Amino acid sequence: MPPLLRVEGLKTHYFGFGGSRVVKAVDGVSFTIEAGQTFGLVGESGCGKTTTCHSLVRLLAPSARIVAGRIEFDGQNLLDLSAREMREVRGRRIASILQDPMASLDPLFSIGNQVAEPAYYHGLLRGRPLRRRVIELLAAVRIPSPEKRFREFPHQMSGGMRQRIVGAIAQAGGPKLIIADEPTTNLDVTIQLQYLNLLKDLQRATGVALIFVTHNLGIVAKMCDKVAVMYAGKIVEMQPVRGLFYAPRHPYTKALLDSIPKLGTKEPLYAIPGQPPDLSKLPTGCSFHPRCVKATRRCRAEEPPDECDSDGATTRCWHAAASQVTPEVAHA
Amino acid sequence: MPEPLLEVRDLKKHFPVKGLGFFGAAGAVKAVDGISFTVDRGKTLGLVGESGCGKTTTSKLILAAERPTGGSIEFEGQDIAALPDRHLRDYRRKVQVVFQDPYSSLSPRMRVGEIIAEPMLAHENLSRQDGEARVSELFELVGLRPDMARLFPHEFSGGQRQRLAIARALSTKARLIVLDEPVSALDVSIRAHIISLLEDLQARFGVSYLFIAHDLAAVSHLSHQTAVMYLGKLVEVADSLELCAEPLHPYTKALFAASLPSHPDEKREEIVLSGEVPSALNPPRGCRFHPRCPFAMPRCSQEEPELTEQAPGHTVACHLY
Repeated sequence: MPPLLRVEGLKTHYFGFGGSRVVKAVDGVSFTIEAGQTFGLVGESGCGKTTTCHSLVRLLAPSARIVAGRIEFDGQNLLDLSAREMREVRGRRIASILQDPMASLDPLFSIGNQVAEPAYYHGLLRGRPLRRRVIELLAAVRIPSPEKRFREFPHQMSGGMRQRIVGAIAQAGGPKLIIADEPTTNLDVTIQLQYLNLLKDLQRATGVALIFVTHNLGIVAKMCDKVAVMYAGKIVEMQPVRGLFYAPRHPYTKALLDSIPKLGTKEPLYAIPGQPPDLSKLPTGCSFHPRCVKATRRCRAEEPPDECDSDGATTRCWHAAASQVTPEVAHA
Repeated sequence: MPEPLLEVRDLKKHFPVKGLGFFGAAGAVKAVDGISFTVDRGKTLGLVGESGCGKTTTSKLILAAERPTGGSIEFEGQDIAALPDRHLRDYRRKVQVVFQDPYSSLSPRMRVGEIIAEPMLAHENLSRQDGEARVSELFELVGLRPDMARLFPHEFSGGQRQRLAIARALSTKARLIVLDEPVSALDVSIRAHIISLLEDLQARFGVSYLFIAHDLAAVSHLSHQTAVMYLGKLVEVADSLELCAEPLHPYTKALFAASLPSHPDEKREEIVLSGEVPSALNPPRGCRFHPRCPFAMPRCSQEEPELTEQAPGHTVACHLY
């Protein structure tokens, strides 16, 4: 069976100052997602995670252009579709959950109205059945007394409830893929746990695939089946989740894992030297080389290719084989 | 023997609220409602809790930016809460702050050298040369090049700005620095830099920190002691590592259960709290946590538990113990 989503060599660049300044936010990204899978996209701010997601639904800023690549969803290349055909995809087949629920909800429309919109717009339901469906969806995201909340407005909800409502909207069109871009960053820890568990339950019930964009490796450990680590517009490592945590191959992945404090220990943290690079002035060779402990002359001169392993893991590093860490040394 | 630098006793801050509507009763938001803790010299106290629990109000009280409704704040043996504003100058020199958002805590119109020199010029009579020398010294301390002093804040990255904020806090030779979520706004790889820098500076100068955050892992990493706050009250105070190993209060347990695993096979006791934090305007009777507590007993809705010592240096406010 073909995968649900196959992205191949996606390049999205931002053009500034009449094209004289090019920011390669996404620069040759390839990955696949199977139906019902949870795919994690990890990286620091400015590494291109969000631009990758916006490219998938083709909602990009005017200065950005997809310059190369294919986005095959359900056997169809989304980049070949007209703007009108694309509107049929958004909300119905691919939905999004964004970081700030207050910005993605309209303060002037009632909750019921906004949750109903995707199903109404795509002509799936009308009238009483639509209302019933909305109440079901609100109940599914555990909004207490949905019949009453149906008439209320976003400002009457708490942060956690708003984010759950955005989750209900994402479900409304019955999508096969939901893109969740840092959905829990603004939530408190106990509310975050409630929300992550809720998303897992919904996924189990509907079989929807999830793309989870985050910089939090804890969320990845809890939620994802497969993870891609992005750095400076490229995927530097992609592995099933256990492989990534127990045997990270790319020095960047390993450094990231070593730089987060763990509960109950006071082991010194590893601090990655330097800063993430400016995407309009990328270093030569491997983009990570100025911060990498393993950098050699080759890393500075030549860009490493995607190394594909037999078990489906890919690494973009000249030292991939050498930097493999044995499981007991890794984060046991 | 640890020497206390700051001793807070039964600290309260109530914000009066006007009645709603014609017959509405006036009330008060009890943002901080009787908390006591001690920060020792050269040590770090972590303060954790969810949004709205009163962490930030506590930090404002410690910084003397807000005056308390009740209780005392003793710093080096002197009660700050009772001191009139005009006598706070020396205290304000010794107690400094680093805020969460390094983008809004540095004036965009000042050169960063001026930003860092400002507090020391306000407190000390320094010559221009001495001032510049001190600024260069501070820049090196926090890992920035002294020639960067001529730049403006927008030319710095988030991590560098947080370094500047730390340099500013150190400029007056502060004894206590209140760190209000200092790493939450930073990228993962930059957080480790700032945490290491803070540890390093503490080891060198013996400065104390009050570290306020909601990230338990970061708090337990940097703090010697951790206090857990819920709706204006402290529910548990213990040595950080002991708190991780053996949390007693159900709320602390729930916080640990909610913190994310460090690898995919880590199993945790699942305590999913129902509901959300109630309003501090009308906190529940008895134990404030009882409506969300999985172990609530009839007694919990009647009597408010006191902080009692369960093990040496480990206090908890819960009827279970």
